[in-house]
Formats: sequence, structure tokens, C-alpha cells
Amino acid sequence: MSKTLVMVGTRKGCFLLESDEQRRDWELRGPFCEGWPIYHAIHDAETGAIYAAGASEWHGASIWRSLDRGETWAQSSEGLEYSDSGLKLSKVSGLTAAHGRLFAGAEMPGIFESGDGGQTWKLLSTLEGQPGSESWNDPANQPPGHLGIPAILPHPDDPSRYWAIVQGEGIFETTDDGTSWTPRNRGLRADWPIENPEVGYCVHKLVMSPVDNDRLYQQNHVGMHRSDDAGVSWTEITEGLPTEFGFAAGAHPHDRDTFYVIPLDPGHGRCMPEGRAAVWRTSDAGSSWQRLDDGLPQEDAHVGVLREGMAIDGHEVPGVYFGTSTGQLFASADEGRSWSEIASYLPGIASVEVAIVD
Amino acid sequence: MAELYLPSTLRPLFAGLPRHLELDASSVDEALDRLEERWPGLRDRLCEPGPVLRRHIHVYVDRERAALETALEARSRVDVIAAISGG
Repeated sequence: MSKTLVMVGTRKGCFLLESDEQRRDWELRGPFCEGWPIYHAIHDAETGAIYAAGASEWHGASIWRSLDRGETWAQSSEGLEYSDSGLKLSKVSGLTAAHGRLFAGAEMPGIFESGDGGQTWKLLSTLEGQPGSESWNDPANQPPGHLGIPAILPHPDDPSRYWAIVQGEGIFETTDDGTSWTPRNRGLRADWPIENPEVGYCVHKLVMSPVDNDRLYQQNHVGMHRSDDAGVSWTEITEGLPTEFGFAAGAHPHDRDTFYVIPLDPGHGRCMPEGRAAVWRTSDAGSSWQRLDDGLPQEDAHVGVLREGMAIDGHEVPGVYFGTSTGQLFASADEGRSWSEIASYLPGIASVEVAIVD
Repeated sequence: MAELYLPSTLRPLFAGLPRHLELDASSVDEALDRLEERWPGLRDRLCEPGPVLRRHIHVYVDRERAALETALEARSRVDVIAAISGG
């Protein structure tokens, strides 16, 4: 019988939770990675390895790996540097495993790759020459959080094609393995002046439907958007949501029109509105939205969820998971209809990922 | 031989790394080279490109704040400190 494995990246290490296919009872293990702040922990379905991107205040950025589902860990930052370019790497903020390679998005903005399971890394691209790149390495221009490239979204069939988010600038697509890039932000809205309409958008999360690779969704600073042409153009689908702001988002594994978001207050608080926790779902590609809160706290729940803080498993009836920046982990085994709290006292959660493992 | 004292946060990262060891080196930089030879990757946990010591890694040679280029005597004591705390 397969297991369901949830990986949680927190301010004080990586945690793992395991359950069976029913996803009722969970076993928690951790903290791993020596309590380093972990920005993103992922599972590589091809190898079974777990990877965790961390940045210690003392010992710098490094990427941890476990080949035995958390029993033992090693870390390496070999090659994780900009050499003589003058750029400084402060953290690795997003990990992706695809087509036998690992990708790491870093701040200052750059994409690194590893072909040997995270033992060594090399710089793949800094997106140099792209609109916005002339100033995005200036610390005065960098958004809070200093994430650089927080996410790389691979194409499932084409190893040379992927999308990268540059924090505060938007989405860029490559079809030649990072040699050239194209901004993919047409149709996005900005509530601030921008000089070049191709860039200057604050994209928080980008996801692809597993059943339709042209169907992308994004949560950005000022709204929800959908693309039906793999990011070439975007249509806003915010109407019906309580706020336009949020970080986390997730796509249903079997239905191209179903998609989950967690709206947050857009001000400094960035918590769920009115202290009432909820996930919102569309089942018609954004034409309408349903509030999902059965089992979630509905009073004095001033919690937020960061951009990698929600995940959806691939079971026939998908499970949905989200972790708060104050350390609560919630799970639903029925597509979000009902929820339970499966961990209550973790350190602040930066990322949640889930995998089905043997 | 210089006496080297390392922070507890390093030990879990490198198999067999002791908290205290003795080595031959004429500078802090060279001492880190000796460590790197035995525990690959260790230098990167203490230094960033430049190279310079990481911001919160403080090194003292005979109780004086030191830098990578600080010279070591035959009996120098080198303390490597992970220097910040937090909650």
C-alpha cells in the first residue's frame, strides 16, 4: 500500500509527515537539517530523494538531501555561487526536480542546476539582458523577502522548456534550456507605475494543470489570473474572492478547471480575512469561487500562508494541505470539503509539498 | 601547531569533525584550507566569496578578533564562533 508523504519547510528545520492512502492518521518526524531555516522541501519522484533548500544565518545557503526518506541527510553548496560576476547569493528559495535534473532558484536572481542529485551545482542562467535585469540586482530595488527566483515551473514533456518567476518582475519562459527567455506577463494588472509593460509584476505563485499543460494559474499581488495558452496571455479571475491578494495556490490533479487559493488581507497583516481560516476553490476555471472552511478555525485565526505553503496530492480523491506562517498544518482528504489540523506547534511554515510514495 | 576550537553547529554537517583540533597553518586562511582538505565543503560554511568570513562567523586568534589574513603563531589558539543568537 502506498504512503502519503508531506514535506514541511519551516524556520527551524524540515519536518516529514506520513500517512496511508486514507490520510487520517499522521506520523510526524523532525526537525531535520539541523534546524536550519528551510525555504522549500521537495520530493523527487524519479529518485525518491528529498531535497531541502536552507540558508543558515551562520553557515550560508546550502541544499540538503536525503536518499532514505529522512533517516540520514547531507548538504552541499558546491558550485552554488556566482564566481566573478559580482553577484552575491544569499539564499536558495525554490527547488524543482524534473527530467533527471534539479533546479534551484536563488537570490540574487539566478537559476542553478544539478545533474548529480544535489552533490554539485552549476549556474544555469541569471536571465541577464531580460527587461528588468538592468536594475533587479540593486538591493534598493529588491522586494522584501529577497527571494530572487522563488520558483521554476518545468514543462512535463519538454526538458528544455520551463518558466521562472523573478520576484517583483514577473514570469519568464525559456524553450531552449535557459539560453534565451521571453517575458510572459501579458494581460496582468499592476497597481503601480511600470515603465516597461513586459515586466514589473509581482507574481507570487504559478501552477500548471497536470491534465492540460497549456492551462496555467497564478496568484499575484493584485489578483488571480488564468492562462489557456501556457502563459502567453493572462485573464484575471479575481471576481468572487474576498481579496485580490494571496500567496499560495494549487491545481487539481485531475480537473483542469479546478484550482485552489488562499486569499489574504493585502496590508501588512497578510492573514486570512476577519480571523476566519478558509481555502477557496473554483471548479469552473475562475468563473465562480467556493469558500471551504469545514473544520478550519473560524474565530480569532489570524494566520497567513506563504507562496509555497499549499500542496495537493495525486490520489483519486485529492488531498489538500496548507501550513501557516505560525506553524499550524491543516489537511483535507476530500478535495477541501473538510479539514483537520494534523500538526499544531511547528515552527513557522514556509513550504508544504506532498508525494505519494511506496 | 595552532589549537582550533570550532562551533557546535559545524559538527553535524561533517562526519568525524571534532570541536577541538590542532593543525599546522601560518594564517587563519591556511587553517581553513587544512580543514577543507579533510572535510570538503567546510570552508564554504565559514566563508563567502571574496573570500571573507561569513557575516556572523567571528574568529579570534589568541582572544583578538581576527580575519582570514591574520597570522598564526606556533601555539596560537583560534576560536571560531557562530556569533549571533535568536529566537
